[in-house]
Amino acid sequence: MINYIFRRIGYMMVTLAIIAVLGYLIVELPPGSYLEFEIARLRQQGGNVSQDQIKALEIRYGLNDPTYVRFFKWITGFVRGDFGESFQYRQEVKDLIGQRLAFTISISVFSLLLAWGIAVPVGVYSATHRNTIPDYIITVIQFLGLSIPSFLVALVLMVVAQRVFGQQVGGLFSDEFQNAPWSFARFIDLLKHLWIPIVVIAFGSTAGLSRIMRANLLDVLGMQYVQTARSKGLKENKVIWKHAVKNAMHPLIMILGGSLPGIISGETVVAIVMNIPTVGPMYFNAQLNQDLYLAATFLMFLSILGVLGNLLADIALAWVDPRIRFE
Amino acid sequence: MTESVNPEAQMNEVNPEPQYEVFDDPVSDVGDLSQWQLMRIRFSKNKLAMLGLWGMIVIYIIVFLGEFIAPNWYQYQNGDYIFGPPSKITFIGPDGRFSLRPYVFATTTQLNQETFKFEFTEDRTKKIPVKFFVQGDPVSVLGFKTNLHLFGLEGGQRFYVMGADGLGRDMFARILVGGQISTTVGLIGVAMSIMLGAVLGTASGYFGGIVDDMMQRAIEVLGAFPQIPLWAALASALPPISKDFTVVHRYFLITLVLSVVSWTGLARQLRAKVMSYRNADFTQAALAAGSTDWRIVLTHMIPNGASHIIVIGALSIPGMILGETSLSFLGLGILPPAVSWGALLRDAQQVSVVVQHPWLLIPAAAVLITVLLFSLLGDGLRDAVDPYSI
Repeated sequence: MINYIFRRIGYMMVTLAIIAVLGYLIVELPPGSYLEFEIARLRQQGGNVSQDQIKALEIRYGLNDPTYVRFFKWITGFVRGDFGESFQYRQEVKDLIGQRLAFTISISVFSLLLAWGIAVPVGVYSATHRNTIPDYIITVIQFLGLSIPSFLVALVLMVVAQRVFGQQVGGLFSDEFQNAPWSFARFIDLLKHLWIPIVVIAFGSTAGLSRIMRANLLDVLGMQYVQTARSKGLKENKVIWKHAVKNAMHPLIMILGGSLPGIISGETVVAIVMNIPTVGPMYFNAQLNQDLYLAATFLMFLSILGVLGNLLADIALAWVDPRIRFE
Repeated sequence: MTESVNPEAQMNEVNPEPQYEVFDDPVSDVGDLSQWQLMRIRFSKNKLAMLGLWGMIVIYIIVFLGEFIAPNWYQYQNGDYIFGPPSKITFIGPDGRFSLRPYVFATTTQLNQETFKFEFTEDRTKKIPVKFFVQGDPVSVLGFKTNLHLFGLEGGQRFYVMGADGLGRDMFARILVGGQISTTVGLIGVAMSIMLGAVLGTASGYFGGIVDDMMQRAIEVLGAFPQIPLWAALASALPPISKDFTVVHRYFLITLVLSVVSWTGLARQLRAKVMSYRNADFTQAALAAGSTDWRIVLTHMIPNGASHIIVIGALSIPGMILGETSLSFLGLGILPPAVSWGALLRDAQQVSVVVQHPWLLIPAAAVLITVLLFSLLGDGLRDAVDPYSI
């Protein structure tokens, strides 16, 4: 087992190295550079930009170096924890992303937990009560959840909240706490706002997960060992939860590994709609504005999250299913 | 299945008067029906799936005849009807009696000098009948130029079923015409990603070894990339919009590039399937008979996986529609002047605007219904191709 985990971590490093190169290339792919935006902005403000100024900016941002030199400067810095400087904010990338990354991770993890906490019991219920009225109702809700993108759920929720309750929904803090230092009251205020995006993001994945849970459990319930368990007189509860559900969970755990990048993408659009200060919207702007090091660092962190999710899912699967061999 | 039929056929030769059992249920008549016929029967028994199929056909017809069905041209800007609400319909005729013909009230527009907003007042006494096949804006329907519309008001009056947007354009017409892009632009991307997934998945499952290892790594790398950032990068890397390079071209290119990323799901599933076929008796028999690898892949592996490939294709179309919606909503996909559901929803981005003009959210309902029908269709297909169901 330990061996298996180490080998998987080795694979992960290779994958991350490839992602670093590809990701950096993608970030640099759009034509033009931030410098051109900057010069246009300076010109717009009325000042004429002299050649000397342009040279100084080029040297400062290393824009004269070939791409691979810039890449090595960035990646060696990245490994040491120095992510470079954002052009746009004139700040260290490190200082910019810390809190946002924390919000992203907590929103993603909590929505995953919520989605799983609802999806598994609902899936089990609708599989064991197949073709009853509650099952049909659940199926309809599941299809609705799969058919509506989460940003639309967010939009409708915000419109309804404002029209019916006259309440502004969005952001993570009330106005009075926006720039206040951390305190218990601010934390409570955060919790009051945080649950809405979590519910919105969890909604879609709950529908998908419970659908898969239902299908898997129906497959497993038809197997002979379930019949054996029943015929030897086990209580139905034990048959379902101990014998059937445990085996029906395996595909779900495999999906868990791949679901993090999807949740982060969905979260990006929801965060833009609801004005939540997570990684998504800032990355999105950084990419559009050619803020090279900020965008590359974000992409790298999001990919690390994705790869880590895969690793954890594989380990969890090996732990749940002893038949998986570690050769 | 063929193996189980053969001994029966031999028995028939021995027994001069074979006794057949007659089944009412056509599915039980396994020996007489091909795999594809069985699938069709199973599919047509699934009511929800049939609803999805017919619903989709109806939606495609409505959307492509959209210019004819809607009473106004989708680009016509009515300066007097900016953010105008949906026209109210009544079935009480001017004579005060119920009639089957719907009527709408004549509306007048006034600019409120204090709020600088248009205010619409209905003249409850003036009722205008809605008629079929009326003359209206000249439009082109599937390439044919006409000024005939399915329904509308006579005498140059305008009828807004779903209200008007910020430029006074008919939302109903825009939703129908927007559907033309939304329901088709993803299809080619899906086709591409299915092709890639089928070829690469089969190859890595069949050959194994280094090919398989390489593909596993590639899938892992692609799977770890969050998609939205990738779209953002690609969208900003594409050339600017010009006369030769329209918005739709641009979006088409993005879907093509995205199909390079999205083939991994199908490839992974096909790989597992092909691996199990690889050890099946029929493959061993083909190898023993001297078949080449190509022949085995083309005549044994691909046909066995075909149903699975079709199902994955059907199930990924709703995803493509949702993808278009999110991207256009963010301003990365279809951009004005082209219309699509996502581009229409972009007008609904400001909550304060939507709160005052809720009909701007109607395109969301179009997305919801279409994706729902496509999902029902794909789900029904999946059940139909599964030989163990029913």
